[in-house]
Amino acid sequence: MSYFEMTKTVIKSLFSRPATLMYPAKPAKITPLTRGHVTIDPAKCITCRSCQRKCPTQAILVEVKEKTWQIDQMRCVVCDCCVEVCPTKCLTMDTQYPVALTARGGVTKVTVAGPKKKEPVAPTDGAAKPAEKKE
Amino acid sequence: MILDQQTTIPIGIDELVARTAQQKKDGCRLVQIGCTQVGDEFEINYTFDKDFVMTNLRITVKQDTVVPSVSSVFFGAFVYENEIHDLYGIKVTNMNIDFGGHFYRTTVKNPFTVTITTEDTSCQTK
Amino acid sequence: MSNQITVPFGPQHPVLPEPIHLDLVLEDERVVDVIPSIGYVHRGLEKLVEKREYPEYIYVAERICGICSYVHSNTYAECIEHIMKIEVPERAQYLRTIWSEYSRMHSHLLWLGLFADGMGFENLFMNAWKLREHILDDLEATTGGRVIQGVCKVGGVRKDITPEKLDEMVKGLKGMEPALRDLTSVFFNDASVSHRLKGVGVLQKGDAYTLGAVGPTARGSGIGIDLRQTGYAAYGKINFKPVVEQSGDCYGRCAVRAKELFTSIDIIGQCVKKIPEGPVEVKVVGAPDGEYFARAEQPRGEVVHYIKGNGKRNLVRHRVRTPTFTNIPPLVTLLKGCELADVPMIVLSIDPCVGCAER
Repeated sequence: MSYFEMTKTVIKSLFSRPATLMYPAKPAKITPLTRGHVTIDPAKCITCRSCQRKCPTQAILVEVKEKTWQIDQMRCVVCDCCVEVCPTKCLTMDTQYPVALTARGGVTKVTVAGPKKKEPVAPTDGAAKPAEKKE
Repeated sequence: MILDQQTTIPIGIDELVARTAQQKKDGCRLVQIGCTQVGDEFEINYTFDKDFVMTNLRITVKQDTVVPSVSSVFFGAFVYENEIHDLYGIKVTNMNIDFGGHFYRTTVKNPFTVTITTEDTSCQTK
Repeated sequence: MSNQITVPFGPQHPVLPEPIHLDLVLEDERVVDVIPSIGYVHRGLEKLVEKREYPEYIYVAERICGICSYVHSNTYAECIEHIMKIEVPERAQYLRTIWSEYSRMHSHLLWLGLFADGMGFENLFMNAWKLREHILDDLEATTGGRVIQGVCKVGGVRKDITPEKLDEMVKGLKGMEPALRDLTSVFFNDASVSHRLKGVGVLQKGDAYTLGAVGPTARGSGIGIDLRQTGYAAYGKINFKPVVEQSGDCYGRCAVRAKELFTSIDIIGQCVKKIPEGPVEVKVVGAPDGEYFARAEQPRGEVVHYIKGNGKRNLVRHRVRTPTFTNIPPLVTLLKGCELADVPMIVLSIDPCVGCAER
């Protein structure tokens, strides 16, 4: 039982740099795998709605007729499911944490390209109907 | 790969307290008491464990059956029995600490028996 | 003539880390009776299983708790894999073990900091959390998340770690060991800490067993129950001994957690030496039909996941019994007879995680 067990650590930390980081003035520590927020490349999306089906929090809404893709950033838990399942790889996980909001909002809506029309060589049905992917 | 074994024994309600006392005498500890709704009936599993060998006693009851409490045998059973009462609405008598339905405060009474099917509103835009 | 007054303690209190409510019946300064009350963070996650399909539900299961999140997803995945008779590749088993042990170290360092803060020892609290940052950096570099990993899935794991990164992790942990020894020596030897912890909140061995104590609460009283000995994931191939203390008081429970830090470093080192090459996942088709209880050792004790499925994509029932839920009856017994000033230390010594307890 000693009385000044902590002295060694105290003296060491008196003479070293602080361990804390002035976030958000200084940027946060990130790694290449960090999950920040979901971004989309609108040109590649074919509105197959796989991401909407897989999302555990139902944060993604795809309107096929109007060709829009929207995500509620406040509902998204950055689990990476949609990024993994997207067939055209139009969704990416950005490493920056989103900025905190001060008012209601956080819904990002983009207009996407939609399914590509196939060349009318052989009669296929991939043209207007979005491909319904079944897991 | 999992080394523990599990067995499930279905029993009747009247043998419940006697068999629980027998398990305690054998040196088992109470692991959990859990309830599952299967159609109109409820299955209540009493799980005991000794040296990583798991034994389950299962009783099947209806909504209005009264279940006797095992808290006279195992003191710690009151948490599980209050939870079953609050979430499923099954009456349990003789609990040593009875919260009277106030263990979990929820807006809807007996929430696990009620399934509200509204249209899945994804992406609240309000 | 004795005066009995009732003091409501919690759910919001500067010394309480978790929203639990205790009605303390006091006679002068002694607690004679305790009535616990929970339900402040009940989110009904077990009911959500009827609305989400079983592969996505693992992300909901992970978010039952923030500190012990990885082991929840691990146990859920093992339960489903057992029902569907899926054989997970060996490399995935070892990776899961490594992440479980990192999660355990993170939780124990967090708890040591909170424990010191409960005593008023702010300097020790900050130092424990400074060491915790190294663990979180490793977790983020390999999984992408500091606290919620999101890396376990039914059929394996989602990410792989290169051998160079594994060696770097082991070297980093070995380099951290002297700092950890300095930190834990304050908990073991310092006079003011011992004064507040020795002899406070004694749980006898027989009581602990019949009341259902699990985890460090039980191991601090001499009962050597450690679910890792059943050999789930890769634990069957690792040599380790559970840490058991005999004293049964708050000091014993604190000592168990502090010593488990070093056991974890040893287990991670052994895993990295033995990990084989190979795939990290298998393809999963179909849906679970049947029921099973899966158990694992969370940092706080034994967690039980019960899953019942009927062949559809949505499960019928998912029941989680977390260690804090079963440590509430021992807490009630421990608090009777103690002084009012000891109440925060006793509540903290069972490591409450009320988010887990109520789901």
